[in-house]
Amino acid sequence: MNLDEIARRAVEAAVDAGATDAEAWAEEGVSRRIRVYDGEVESLSDAGGRGVGVRGFVDGRSGYAYGTDLSEDGIVETARAARTAAEAADADEYGGLPEEFGSTPLDGLASSAMGDWSTESKVELTLEVERAARRRPGVSQVENAVYSDAEGSVALANSRGFVAGYGATQAWAYASAFAGEGADLMTGMGIGLGRDPGALDPEAIGAEAAERALALVGARQPESRRCPVVLDAFVAASFIGFIGSMLSAESVQRGRSLFADREGDEIADPALALADDATDPEGPATAPFDGEGSPTRRTPLIEGGRLLTFLFDARTARRAGRATTANASRGSYRSPPSVGTSNLVVEPGEGDLEQLFRAAGDGLYVTEVAGLHSGVNPVSGTFSVGASGRLVENGEPAGPVRELTIASDLVSMLQAVRAVGSEARWVPLGGSVKAPPILIGEMAVSGS
Amino acid sequence: MTLVDPELSGRVLERALSRGGDFAELYAEARRGFSISLDDGRVERPQGGRERGACLRVVLGDSSYYGHVDGHAEEDLLRVAGSVAQAVRGEATAPARLGAARAAGGHEVRISPDQVEASRKADLLRACDEHARAASAEVAQVRVSYAESQREVEVFNSEGRAAADDRTRVRLGVQVVARRDGRVETGSDTRGGHAGWELVEKDPEEVAEKAARRALTLLDAVDAPTGRLPVVVGNGFGGVLLHEAVGHGLEADAVQKRASVYAGRLGDRLAESFVTAYDDGRRPGDWGSDGIDDEGTPTRRTTVIENGRLVSYLYDVLRARKDGVESTGNGRRESFRHLPVPRMTNTFFAPGDATPEGLIGEIERGLYAVSFGGGQVEPATGDFVFGVSEGYLIEGGKVTAPVRGATLVGNGIEALAAVDGIAADLEIATGYCGKAGQTVPAGVGQPHVRIRELTVGGTAA
Repeated sequence: MNLDEIARRAVEAAVDAGATDAEAWAEEGVSRRIRVYDGEVESLSDAGGRGVGVRGFVDGRSGYAYGTDLSEDGIVETARAARTAAEAADADEYGGLPEEFGSTPLDGLASSAMGDWSTESKVELTLEVERAARRRPGVSQVENAVYSDAEGSVALANSRGFVAGYGATQAWAYASAFAGEGADLMTGMGIGLGRDPGALDPEAIGAEAAERALALVGARQPESRRCPVVLDAFVAASFIGFIGSMLSAESVQRGRSLFADREGDEIADPALALADDATDPEGPATAPFDGEGSPTRRTPLIEGGRLLTFLFDARTARRAGRATTANASRGSYRSPPSVGTSNLVVEPGEGDLEQLFRAAGDGLYVTEVAGLHSGVNPVSGTFSVGASGRLVENGEPAGPVRELTIASDLVSMLQAVRAVGSEARWVPLGGSVKAPPILIGEMAVSGS
Repeated sequence: MTLVDPELSGRVLERALSRGGDFAELYAEARRGFSISLDDGRVERPQGGRERGACLRVVLGDSSYYGHVDGHAEEDLLRVAGSVAQAVRGEATAPARLGAARAAGGHEVRISPDQVEASRKADLLRACDEHARAASAEVAQVRVSYAESQREVEVFNSEGRAAADDRTRVRLGVQVVARRDGRVETGSDTRGGHAGWELVEKDPEEVAEKAARRALTLLDAVDAPTGRLPVVVGNGFGGVLLHEAVGHGLEADAVQKRASVYAGRLGDRLAESFVTAYDDGRRPGDWGSDGIDDEGTPTRRTTVIENGRLVSYLYDVLRARKDGVESTGNGRRESFRHLPVPRMTNTFFAPGDATPEGLIGEIERGLYAVSFGGGQVEPATGDFVFGVSEGYLIEGGKVTAPVRGATLVGNGIEALAAVDGIAADLEIATGYCGKAGQTVPAGVGQPHVRIRELTVGGTAA
C-alpha cells in the first residue's frame, strides 16, 4: 500500500470500529547525519522510518493511537486503539475535524538533486565545513561539524473524504568553532540550510563559525547602562520564535500568554512586521496543508504595530468563535496535532547592518543570548537573559563584551524597535524563523 | 518472546562487518505505551502507540556508524546493515556465533498496565483531582497525568552477546496550583517505578494530597534567607543534587573528553569516610532499574564513592574498552532511534545512621531543602545553581517557616566534601534525565543529607 492508501485504510478501519469521525496521518522518510571531528568521521547515521497516527472521534470525545506496523492487521489494530482510547476522554464541545480542507499549491519542496549526492560526497562536504573553520587564524579547535538531511513523504486522510499528500527534502550543515584559550575560550556557530546539499556553502558555514568565535576573543564585562541594542539575526530570531509561541491560541486560552487580551492593540513599533507563512518556498516548515488538513497560508500577525490575530487550529478556533489559520502542527505520526507556528517571517527593512550600527550610535551589538526560554516570564513578559557580543561606539562595532545581561519586557522591547535590517536569513534553531538584525532603541544592559 | 531470530541477527551482523569494523551490534525493540491526562477537571488526550524498530551500529576505531529502521522485516534489517557497511573502509571481519536471547527479568510486574481498561485510568485521574481539590478551597487548578510504557528489548553483538529484557514502567504525577489573594503557588508530586498497575492503584490520593500540601504550604512562605548556611537536603527527590552535580561528572564519556572535574581523580578522597554512593540499575522495581542495559550488559550495583573515595566511573561498552575495564551496565538509550551513551540508572547516597531530626537538631540557623525545581550545572567545572521548590527555615534546631525563592549555589566537588551527616531513610524518586538529545528514566534519591555550608541565594533583603 502507498501512503495515501494506508491513511485511507486507517480512517475506514476507525469508522468501522465505531468512530463517528476519524483522521489518519501516514509518513515515511529517510535521514542521514554525519559528524566529523579532527578530519575524521566521528559518527555517521542512516535512518529510515514509517508509521501511521490515527485520531478517532466518538461523540465529542477524541483519542489517538500510532503504530509502525503498516500491514493490514497493523493498521486496523492502530485504528481500533484510537477509537477505544477516545472512550476514556471526557467530551469536548470544541473538538472534532476542521471545517476547511485542502492543499495550497506549492512547488519546490523536494529537490530531485538529493539523489545525486553519495554518502562520500556528503562526508567531503562536512569535512570542508570543518576545514573552512579551522583555516581561520586564531581558531583553536572545531568542536564539531555536522551535516544532516531528510527526505520524507506524508499523506493525510479523513472521514469527510479528504486525502492528500506531499514530499519534501531538507539539508542542513553547522559547525561550532573555538577561539582563544583558558578562561577566554569562546565558541561560535555557523549554519546553512537548503533543499539539497548543493544549496549549502561549506566555506561560508565554516567561516561564520570561526568569525563568530574570533569576534568574542578578549571580551570583557561592560559597564551597566541603558543604551540602544542591535540584535543580530540569530538573536532576533530567538526572540521572535519565543514571541511566536506566545501567539498560539492554545497558550492564550490556557492563560499562559502575556498577549491574551491584546488582540487589536498596538504592541510594537510600526517598523516591525511579522507573519506566520507556511507557503514560503524556502521555509523549512513549508507545507501545502497543516497537521489536520486545512490549506496553509500566510497569516500576518503584527502589521502597522498592531497585533492582528493569534494562531489557531480547528479546536482553538471553534472555542474562540473564529476560523482556523491552519496552524495545527505535527512533530511526527507519533503525536496528535497541536497549535504551533510554521515559518515566522520578519519583513526586512531598509538598512544593512552598518546602517543599524550608525543609527545606534553608542550601544551594544548582541550576537548570542543564553537561557531565553527559562529567562522570560510567560505571563508578564519580563526577561533578563545572559548575552555576549560587541560594543558599538560612534556608529562602528568596537570591543567584544560578555558576562552581561539584557533585560526588558517583550512588549516594551517590541515598542522600542527603531529599525529593522535588510539582510534577513533563516535560523532553524528550535523552530523556523526568518529574521534580519533588529535595532532596539533602548534596553537595560547590566554588567559591572 | 523473539523479536529477531538469532540466525537472522547473525547474518545482519555479518553484512554490517562486510567492509570492516571492530564491533557490530543489533538492538531490536518493540515498545508500546499509553498516556492520559486531566486538566481543569476534564480528562483529555488519551493516546497510545506501538512501535517496533531496530538500530544497527558498527564501530571502527573512534568512529561509530549506525542506522535505524522502523519494523523488524528481514529485508529492512539487511538493507540498513548494507547501508551502514558502505560507510566503513576496511577488511571484512566475522561476527561470533549467536545463541537465543533470554529475558533478564528481576523486576516483578503483577498487573500488566495494558490489561487495565482505559476508563479505570481515567477514574484514577479523577480520584486524584477530587482529593487535591478537597484539600482546601485555595486549590485553584489541578493537573494529573498517567503514563505507562512497556519495552521488549533484544541485543545481539559481534562478540557473541545475545541478551533480552522486558520492561514495564508506570508513573502518576499531580500538579496543584493554589491561590490566595494575588498569590499563586505550585506544588507537585509523582510516583513511578519499574512495576505494573499495582504501583499506582494503591492509595493514589497520597500523591494528590502531597502535591496539594506543597502548594498550600508555599502560600505561607516567607522570603528565603541569603548567605552561607548549613543545608539539610530532603530524601527522595533531593537526590537530584547528587545526580546533577556529581553523577554526570562520573559518566565515562565526559571523563574521557576531560569535560569533567572528576577526570584523573580515581582513588582520591573526595568526601568524609562515612560517605558511600552507588549507581544501582538492579534495585527491584525502582524507576531507573532494568534487567540489562541497552547494550545487553546485565545491570548491577556500582559503588562510585566508597568510604569517601572515588572508586569507579560509569561505563558503556565503548568507553570501557578505551579504559581497559568492563562496562558497568550504564550504556543506555532512549529508543532504537538512538546510540547508547553512559547514563546513570538509580544514583544515590548509601543510608547512614543519623535521623533527619538529629541532622536538623544540631543546626542553629539553616535551610531545609526538601525538593528542587530547575537547576543548571556546568559539567566541566561542576558549578551548579538549583532552585528550591519546597524549603523551610531551620531555627534553633527546628524546622520553622516555609521559604520561597531560595536558590542553592555551589560546586559539586566542594559540596560532596562538605557532606557531614547522612540519615537512614533512603528513598528513590522518578526523574527524567536529558543528555545528548535523549531522555531516559533515571532514579534520583538519597536519605536526608546534611551539607556543612552552601551559598543560599535568597530573596530576603
